[in-house]
Amino acid sequence: MSFNSIVLVKQVPDTANISGQVMKDDGTVNRALLPAIFNHEDRIALEFALQVRDNYGGTVTVITMGPPRASDVLRECLFMGADEAYLISDRKFAGADTLATSYVLSEAIKKMGNFDIIFGGRQAIDGDTAQVGPQTAEKLNIPQVTYAMSIEGLNKDSITIKRKIEGGYEVLQAKLPVLVTVLKDAAFPRPFKAKRVMAYKNAKTLLELEKLVEGNSLLYIDQLKDEYIQKHIYIKTLTMDDLQLEVERCGVAGSPTKVHKVESVVLGAGTHEMIEPNKDGLNLLIDKLMEDHIFG
Amino acid sequence: MIQRNKEVWIFIEQRNGKAADVSLELLSKGRKLAAEINGTLKSVVIGHNVSDLAKETFRFGAQEALVFDHPALEHYRTMPYSKILNTLVDEHKPAIFLFGAKSGLTADCTDLQISDVKYLRNEYKDLLLQIRPAFGGNIIATIIAPDVATQMATVREGVMRLEPLDVPAEGKITNIPFELTPFDEIVTIIEQHREENKVNLKAAPIIVSGGYGLGSKENFMHLHELAAVLGGEVAGSRAAVDAGFITSDRQVGQTGVTVRPKLYIAVGISGAIQHRAGMHESNKIIAINNDPEAPIFSVAHYGIVGDAAQIVPMFINVFKQKLR
Ligand SMILES: Cc1cc2nc3c(=O)[nH]c(=O)nc-3n(C[C@H](O)[C@H](O)[C@H](O)COP(=O)(O)OP(=O)(O)OC[C@H]3O[C@@H](n4cnc5c(N)ncnc54)[C@H](O)[C@@H]3O)c2cc1C
Repeated sequence: MSFNSIVLVKQVPDTANISGQVMKDDGTVNRALLPAIFNHEDRIALEFALQVRDNYGGTVTVITMGPPRASDVLRECLFMGADEAYLISDRKFAGADTLATSYVLSEAIKKMGNFDIIFGGRQAIDGDTAQVGPQTAEKLNIPQVTYAMSIEGLNKDSITIKRKIEGGYEVLQAKLPVLVTVLKDAAFPRPFKAKRVMAYKNAKTLLELEKLVEGNSLLYIDQLKDEYIQKHIYIKTLTMDDLQLEVERCGVAGSPTKVHKVESVVLGAGTHEMIEPNKDGLNLLIDKLMEDHIFG
Repeated sequence: MIQRNKEVWIFIEQRNGKAADVSLELLSKGRKLAAEINGTLKSVVIGHNVSDLAKETFRFGAQEALVFDHPALEHYRTMPYSKILNTLVDEHKPAIFLFGAKSGLTADCTDLQISDVKYLRNEYKDLLLQIRPAFGGNIIATIIAPDVATQMATVREGVMRLEPLDVPAEGKITNIPFELTPFDEIVTIIEQHREENKVNLKAAPIIVSGGYGLGSKENFMHLHELAAVLGGEVAGSRAAVDAGFITSDRQVGQTGVTVRPKLYIAVGISGAIQHRAGMHESNKIIAINNDPEAPIFSVAHYGIVGDAAQIVPMFINVFKQKLR
């Protein structure tokens, strides 16, 4: 009994480290300046998939939809132990909301064929929507279990999962194939394996190989790609054409939600009263609050 | 351009036949949105033995309750619930459909408004403006869904105010039959555990809230003492939760709880917009921070610039002396 897993991962801007310069004058965000990181919960999702492979055998395939530089997170997945990685990238995917993203992911998964379990993080820190996993399951017409804390059982027909609910937990049994989203403290992601880092640090996507060829008239893309495939360091790269997608369902065009307006957060002048940071100040403050009947 | 009807729907989340607060809050808000578009407010109730619950929604202004009542629907399960809602929305295409949630499509809105909008050279009438902080909180984004029949958004508990009517609306209950198919049973619930005594920050009159600036769990303990003396609850920022100073059910903010206590004391909290979104409507706000430029001061009524490790114990002492 072995299981093939697919893991959905995302590279996200490090929103915890946003600094002043990242904001442009018009109040929009200059994404290119933001440090990009591996969405933590997706790493946990990968750990779940690797544990399934450790315990039962099978394969682990990771996919991400993103700009060319999202290949960074795919290499990290290979370092951790993923068997195969796919970058799904196309200029026409830019500006996708969750609906357009789940369309592309579900179509890619259909093309990739056989799978038993799809794992994903609960949500990505840049949007906190928690929608892409569930929508992907809907589009593939398979059951979904969100907020997973642990896998309690797995057999050839079904998976048993403990999931978090408000105020507690529940245990669900779902028929395979299934999509599971996992919580951030559900597991510890394993560290990179030194041997795998050596093996995959030069793994490249088609887009990266094309960049190499651009600056070097001695290289031919097909040759180079073959060479990388033979060395097992080619990261499979799929574009809109490869997936034969409907253009009106991708990117901005395929996104029903639109950003109508963004406003920089402008802080009010702040009409607060300053209180001295000493006993007298606090005495005064507490008197005022008592006058306002704040206590008791 | 798409023609919308004038229906505002609210999904009623229920447990053991009782409506979640967030759903009743959304009905209260939905009533105002419906009035603005001269439309009607409807509740969607899924569960088992939920007719009382359906009637309860009239007290918050629902004019019709669309009810699915079946033993297999007693507990939430994604499969039958989403199938029911998909079919229902496809058939009736309400203009607006709101859900309570911890996350979601245009998720965690901090405000909802109705307005005419000019977008890409088109004029749209009565669009739902979905307003939320975005991108690390440096911006407030207004999101619209101009070209779809049904505009959906999710809102967290506590963001909208609970406003029951003095006289319930004259509502009608429409029971809609539900047929169980094998696909609905593709996920089964084996067991469920729930503790109902969860912290109720929303109801606390005084909240002492700590941030990453406290530096350690030990320093955070002083806040528990301060809260105890003042008769309040302890809360924290997301950074404090992430640092393990306090549990996540006590997080205040856009992705935590929204509170409006009589007094909110923010200690060592910088005041990021996601935090302010959850507390700025507090009656009185005291900010204690060693950085006079911290944004939290912009929403504070009283500001104390200084080291929390000194001020908090001093606060406790001075207050105790007053009580004598
Ligand atoms: C999608 C999204 C959702 C979010 N949701 C929430 C949410 O619901 N709630 C929330 O709180 N945050 C939320 N955040 C995070 C938010 O952006 C901030 O990162 C967070 O609120 C910062 O917490 P903090 O103020 O405790 O920490 P910091 O920003 O690190 O601030 C610490 C403060 O302590 C002060 N300080 C340091 N030492 C002392 C001292 N000795 N005495 C007194 N003061 C001191 C510093 O001057 C500073 O102002 C969210 C972020 C994103 C991207």
